[in-house]
Amino acid sequence: MSRLLSEEEYRKTKAFKIKRWYRGDKDPYIGKVELKPQKPFAEDFSSMKQRIHDEALLKRKIYDIEHNRKLRAFSKLYSAISVVFVFTLIAILLYVVSYLPPVGNPANPDNNEVARKYIEDGMADTGAVNIVTGMILDYRAFDTLGESNVLFIATCTVLILLRVDNRSKKKEEEENDRLYEPKNDIILQKVAFFLVPMIIIYGIYVILNGHLSPGGGFSGGAIIGSGLILYVNAFGFKKIERFFTQKTYKWICFVSLLFYCLAKTYSFYCGAHHLETGIPLGTPGNILSSGLILPLNICVGMVVACTMYAFYAMFRKGGF
Amino acid sequence: MDFIQNFPFFSILLSLGSGVLTSIMDKRMARLWNTFILVVITVLSAVLFVYMLGTREPYTFMMGHFPAPWGNEIRAGVLEAGMALFFCLVMLFSLKGGQEHIDAEIEDTKVNLYYIMINLLLSSLLALIYTNDLFTAYVFVEINTISACGLIMITQSGRTIEAATRYMIMASLGSGLLLMGLCILYDITGHLLMSNIKDSIAYVYAQGTYNIPLIASIGMVVVGLAIKSALYPFHTWLPDAYGYSTASSAAILSSLVSKGYIFLLIKIFFRVVGFDIIVDSKIVNILFVFGLCGMIMGSVNAILEDDIRRMIAFSSVAQIGYIYMGLGLGTTIGIVASIFHILSHASTKSLLFIAGVGLTDASGGSKRFDDLTGSGYRNPAAGIAFTIGACSMVGIPLFSGFISKVQFAEAAVQNSLAKMLPTLICLAISTVLNAIYFMKTVIRLYTPVSKKTKKTQAGEAARASVREHPLYNISLVCMIILNVILGCCSQPIVDWITDGLAMFG
Repeated sequence: MSRLLSEEEYRKTKAFKIKRWYRGDKDPYIGKVELKPQKPFAEDFSSMKQRIHDEALLKRKIYDIEHNRKLRAFSKLYSAISVVFVFTLIAILLYVVSYLPPVGNPANPDNNEVARKYIEDGMADTGAVNIVTGMILDYRAFDTLGESNVLFIATCTVLILLRVDNRSKKKEEEENDRLYEPKNDIILQKVAFFLVPMIIIYGIYVILNGHLSPGGGFSGGAIIGSGLILYVNAFGFKKIERFFTQKTYKWICFVSLLFYCLAKTYSFYCGAHHLETGIPLGTPGNILSSGLILPLNICVGMVVACTMYAFYAMFRKGGF
Repeated sequence: MDFIQNFPFFSILLSLGSGVLTSIMDKRMARLWNTFILVVITVLSAVLFVYMLGTREPYTFMMGHFPAPWGNEIRAGVLEAGMALFFCLVMLFSLKGGQEHIDAEIEDTKVNLYYIMINLLLSSLLALIYTNDLFTAYVFVEINTISACGLIMITQSGRTIEAATRYMIMASLGSGLLLMGLCILYDITGHLLMSNIKDSIAYVYAQGTYNIPLIASIGMVVVGLAIKSALYPFHTWLPDAYGYSTASSAAILSSLVSKGYIFLLIKIFFRVVGFDIIVDSKIVNILFVFGLCGMIMGSVNAILEDDIRRMIAFSSVAQIGYIYMGLGLGTTIGIVASIFHILSHASTKSLLFIAGVGLTDASGGSKRFDDLTGSGYRNPAAGIAFTIGACSMVGIPLFSGFISKVQFAEAAVQNSLAKMLPTLICLAISTVLNAIYFMKTVIRLYTPVSKKTKKTQAGEAARASVREHPLYNISLVCMIILNVILGCCSQPIVDWITDGLAMFG
């Protein structure tokens, strides 16, 4: 009730809506959230018979320690040995660690000419203010090439395991997707509406500044990937498929990894034959500097973001 | 720098890049491209091998603009080039031999993923062979592990997924130990480049300051790689992984993946730690004992097995035992014998797996021995190939297995009595056990089918004539030729291995 407005006008104001929500008269979820209740568990006779048979078999063969002496002896021996093994391993490792060179001692073997050159000449050699980025993407770029292929092959393995290609099964998975999480959750959507752009922009910032400040492709890609996952949680697969489908994923991964391979092949070839690459290093500290590092960081970032999102989508419904 | 010296670099990058390229191809294109890449890399490795035999001078190749301790580096010598050539050949033959099965057993939409795995596996094997940097080796060990896991579970049945899970657990344990070992090595030497580590380890060992971490790190690296290559007590993942995956996967896993790790281990022995320190640290003795156990126990398990694929898999455990026994002898000649056995076992085991799948096809897809009776008549090519593979495994002259056994015996008699006797005795026992299970199988293959079994369902299915793809027969012939070459012209090969090892130091 209000003294200044009439009842009808008051009902239109935000204050009234909030008050109503606060009093619990209206649930914003009702009618908006898409939620498919899980069906009560039911199984047909033959599968039930099979299940009971399997359970009995399992119990008899594996868990029936009372009547199976050999099994009992084995399980006891197994747990005893594993405890002994673990503690021996811990003891050995602690013993070894106590003999390692002390931390922070300047006379340690790893404070040698390798680390010194990275620190002293890193900026002049690679053009990157961030020495770590300079190390992983220029000095030891071959390792990082392998590392990004590890990500690529890990997604491929997950695709083998979880991707659903059968059409009818795909439809079923699509239906079941609603079982576990409600869709169109207003609170989540409003929060995501503010957060997702910021997360993604921050990820882009981390990637683009990889050669200037801490960060780089791997961390920035992970941030963008988490932004995408939040988006898909809030708005559902239908919305994200307007700009990110399995095809986009495939092509982004393909283009960035291929560019990575080709660029590094060129640079390795030139390096081994002592040729100039012709890629300018620029002024250290500028955004457009440090030669190949910036584009490679972008490639790595895209691959990592796609990998994160693909893992999520695969585990959720076997495709996207 | 000669242009040919670029070839190791080209091979690694070519296979790595084609793995990426395959991701957008369809099934047929992926297969064609994979075959093309394999042939190209085989030719490149062959040219490099011939060139290296001419120059006999190992060289390093800078990966990038920065020289070795700062940047990455790869290194090629006679042994590396030869190994690369051999691995490519075996991979090509096993893929072509099992191609029908790849098409039949894998979902159509996932075949290109299979070829991605193959391409990246090849690149990781090549990188493990050529690398001169321990951390690069670790990165590619990871690729190798994950792609091997993919190869196991691409035929999605319960058994393969279980096998892949086991493999993943054991391989992660191995990777973890390897990584810890490398970290400790880095901490006490301050380098990741193999030749620099060797220099500083020699210095540290002479000083005696960090001996305990040094021994511990060597132990971790050795145990980690031994777990990954299925040395006897760590072999539990192996029978299922080889027994239920598709034929090409089994052939590639048994003949290449585990051998890549062993080659890396030999490389670490010679190029990182130095063979004298390894022998001095007594770690070889542990490998020796486990190798002997593996030789006997693998064969015993194989005898007890009723499934032809699992029997061949257990035979792999025994053969890995041989290789580690050779490493454990602690002499250069023992290592030469081990490397020869790597070659011999790789060529024979892939032959056995590919021939075995032909035999099971001729028996209605059943892998049990009862159903295999007489399948040697139903699929003559596979029968002959299996017989030859079995003869080679047992150690009949003319085939490669004989030479490697002779090599092991020669290496043993040049050793002290404490190692000579167990080696010779175990060799003898293991040979007899090998003969029991392989000859049992061969006799069963050539036993005519009795009338009673003909009527059963399996007999019914078996009688339907099998027509194998001509590619299958061609690849069998190629593998037999490879095997006979290893068996008949062994002296130049042994000389090549000896030279290559001398260049390692």
